[in-house]
Amino acid sequence: MSNAPTDEHGHEHPRHELSHYAKRIYAIRDLLVEKGVISEKDIQCQIEYQEARSPANGAKLVARAWTDPAFKARLIADPKAACLEMGIDGTSINEFVVLENTEKVRHMVVCTLCSCYPRPILGRPPDWYKSFNYRQRAVNDPRGVMREFGLRLPDEVEVRVHDSTADIRYLVLPLRPRGTESLSRADLEKLVTRDSMIGVMDALPASPKD
Amino acid sequence: MSSGGGKFKPGDRVHVRFEDRPGHIRTPWYVRGKSGWIERVYGDFPNPESLAFGGDGLPKRTLYLVAFNQADVWGAAQAPKDKVLVDIYEHWLDPAA
Amino acid sequence: MARGHHDVGGLPSAGPVDQTEHVLSDWEIVADAVNQALGARGIKRTDEMRRAREEMDAEEYRDMSYYERWIASIETILIEKKILTKEEIDRRLAAFEKKWGEP
Repeated sequence: MSNAPTDEHGHEHPRHELSHYAKRIYAIRDLLVEKGVISEKDIQCQIEYQEARSPANGAKLVARAWTDPAFKARLIADPKAACLEMGIDGTSINEFVVLENTEKVRHMVVCTLCSCYPRPILGRPPDWYKSFNYRQRAVNDPRGVMREFGLRLPDEVEVRVHDSTADIRYLVLPLRPRGTESLSRADLEKLVTRDSMIGVMDALPASPKD
Repeated sequence: MSSGGGKFKPGDRVHVRFEDRPGHIRTPWYVRGKSGWIERVYGDFPNPESLAFGGDGLPKRTLYLVAFNQADVWGAAQAPKDKVLVDIYEHWLDPAA
Repeated sequence: MARGHHDVGGLPSAGPVDQTEHVLSDWEIVADAVNQALGARGIKRTDEMRRAREEMDAEEYRDMSYYERWIASIETILIEKKILTKEEIDRRLAAFEKKWGEP
């Protein structure tokens, strides 16, 4: 399967070596801008918009929810408004739902039909989320997928897999790891991985103290 | 087809239609013909089946979060309480017995 | 019954989830931005793009990478909406290829 054609040092290939469609986007962009359909500024704005979105946004929401029960309630009741409180612009999401993990319940999110993802909050999805193997197995083998990410759950824990087939975008609120009562919010944010907000793993454990 | 209010409420048992329709369908194959229940009512949204072909998506369709026991979808479950939940539009759902 | 090639939930014989990630190439960043810009301007809807990808040949769909599929569907929709023609894209690409040349 053709993919980003970089050499082993991650250097860009010269454009004449790109695949058929990879080359075509440059022609398409050039024509669209020439015809005034979109502008160079539009493109630049979108690139910057994307760069500003990353799992760090989600980690901020989660860490605050862990330490501030009133915020957590607001986050679950109206996630977009809670995002705005934190200076995170989730307004371009149509509908945003936060799924709270507990000791008894874990959630996992997939889009089997394409690869819908809460991009305005978390940025671009990882390659694996978009892969056929994930899209095929998340719905009928979630525990197998979780094991690959290092999460093994007993049968008594309920696993709820959400297939986001419509305009709803889901974010998992991972369980707060044990023994983190004394950690600052900044330290808690470091435990919240992107993959824990997709639900294939729990948040990282607190580091063992010397 | 309703376009406001919606005919199902949380807890209602529903059956997903088994249809093989052409066009842009957002009801995944693996739940067609399966039964579950309404978890949430998300409200009314423009119909993607129409939007995909340049239509206006009207009338809006009520969107539901429908939950299924894994065993009911696949014949077996990895663990007894496990579930799969899918966002499904009302016109794909019938009341289940 | 005609299950769409994109409708893959639960299909058998899937292997392990490959967790390798790649840094986006310039062409992928451009594809992403053009797609978003077209949406922001109301030129195309996400639903149209998805439909275009679903209409692709099944083998092509599986062989292409994620952003290649996006570019293919961008092109399909722009041509469908008579915003661009295939011929003018071909011509512009040919002009670029001449410029890019071979060392």
